[in-house]
Amino acid sequence: MILAFGAILFWVLAWWANIRLANSTLADTRFGMAAVPILFGVTLLVLWEGLVRGLSVPGVILPPPSMIAARFAASTSILWADFRQTFIKGALSGYVIGVGAAFAMAIAVDRYEFLRRGLLPVGSFIAALPVIGTAPILVMWFGFDWQSKAAVVVVMVFFPVLVNTVQGLTSAERIQRDLMTTYAAGYWQTLWKLRLPSALPFIFNGLKIATTLALIGAIVAEFFGSPIVGMGFRISTSVGQLALDMVWAEIAVAALAGSAFYGLVALAERLLTFWHPSQRRQKT
Amino acid sequence: MRQSILPVLTVVLIILGIWYLAAAWMNATWTLQQAERAEQTLTTVEVLQDTMQQDRPKLPAPHQVAVELWETTAEKKITSKRSLVYHGWITLSATLLGFAIGTGLGILLAVGIVHNRAMDMSVMPWAIASQTIPILAIAPMIIVVLNSVGVTGLLPKAFISAYLSFFPVVVGMVKGLRSPAPMQLDLMRTYSASQSQVFWNLRLPASVPFLFTSLKVGIAASLVGAIVGELPTGAVAGLGARLLAGSYYGQTIQIWSALIAAAVLAASLVGIVSLLERLTLHKMGMRT
Repeated sequence: MILAFGAILFWVLAWWANIRLANSTLADTRFGMAAVPILFGVTLLVLWEGLVRGLSVPGVILPPPSMIAARFAASTSILWADFRQTFIKGALSGYVIGVGAAFAMAIAVDRYEFLRRGLLPVGSFIAALPVIGTAPILVMWFGFDWQSKAAVVVVMVFFPVLVNTVQGLTSAERIQRDLMTTYAAGYWQTLWKLRLPSALPFIFNGLKIATTLALIGAIVAEFFGSPIVGMGFRISTSVGQLALDMVWAEIAVAALAGSAFYGLVALAERLLTFWHPSQRRQKT
Repeated sequence: MRQSILPVLTVVLIILGIWYLAAAWMNATWTLQQAERAEQTLTTVEVLQDTMQQDRPKLPAPHQVAVELWETTAEKKITSKRSLVYHGWITLSATLLGFAIGTGLGILLAVGIVHNRAMDMSVMPWAIASQTIPILAIAPMIIVVLNSVGVTGLLPKAFISAYLSFFPVVVGMVKGLRSPAPMQLDLMRTYSASQSQVFWNLRLPASVPFLFTSLKVGIAASLVGAIVGELPTGAVAGLGARLLAGSYYGQTIQIWSALIAAAVLAASLVGIVSLLERLTLHKMGMRT
């Protein structure tokens, strides 16, 4: 009980500190920008730990963070194997294939106005569908190993990337294209020097959406059948054994992998589209 | 709009054509094996005919799926457990309940974030970061945990749906509530409008287009959440359960029809939201 009250007290204090910080002059500095959300995150963890331990919530309902961390540290080899199976073999290879295919398709589609008109509505229609439902079919076709997961990921990332790329390729302005014509630039030169660069912000938008989808696709596809390794497999079997600390450890891995993947793509975007208004740093 | 009907139809026809070809190609192996076992030799036409009407094809032909869809929606009673309408309704109700909860909470949080700087600085980075995390992975755990606490039926699924639609709404709504230009805010100041008046008369109307954009994302995510939420409950009812049961028993036609039903459901939900968007914006005079 004392622990629960202690956690609530900590929460009140931290919240008060956050309000003070946010309204002080520190808020606009780098330190303030980082400190406030971190303090909030830590508070949530402390509150979770304190309430679970203080009210003695059974571990099969909600394990405290410390238990999850202990489990994480104790089973790094299992987690690493699962990560390799699901993320590197399944999600990453599917992502590369799907993005590559969508890219090639987008450039083909872009050459023919007729195809673009037809494929864009169909593509954006399919992008809004619950594509994850194809997982059982693809698992049936490609077997239980990582190939079927990669196939699910390919299907999931294909349409968002396609739609965004096609949209991006049309984003170069008329006057810029005319300029390329006056330079007597050929199709490929125009594509390479003008239209691809100006499509980059759109392409990266699609790529960023696709990072999350890739991980979701790889994990959910494992619910329909998998070898005895993999994040989705571990989650569904550990839930069955009520080993919730393992499930949470696996979720922590998924969260870390997901944000790292997204972060990498965002970093690449920053490097490649430094000229775009949304990336320019504001001078004060 | 009219210009794109022909191209769209062409693309759809091409997809159907590829589908038929793929069905013939993928199912032929099985047909040939059966024929070999029965020591028959089949002509090409016979092989093609057989690939179109297998019971458990690797890839059912479009017309097989269409027949199955017709049989399970129109010819079965709605209350029957074999009716797709029944399963679709279960998924839909969880989706809508979750969507309502998620949207409501999302809007409330967004209002809090816009009016409270401490909340903005603490919650916003996490709300954005949470979009990069595969939230769906926790779906089975939520279902099982809530079941063990005694919450069963609609609520656990709705909870996942709510969680998935929550963050898009928060992020979109914060953007929308912040969208009024400084000049407009200044104008409200010169009217000596109170904070609540600024909110109701300026910020809220300005946020409506942003809200609808995120609602469209949110409702699609809600449906996915409800379907995935049905997977670990041991295949009782709902479109997700149909998918799982189909994959256990190799009933490919059933999987495909559930998939098409889910697609139709998603498309009509997004369509309804965009219709509402058009009507609302038209009524508000923002778009003609």
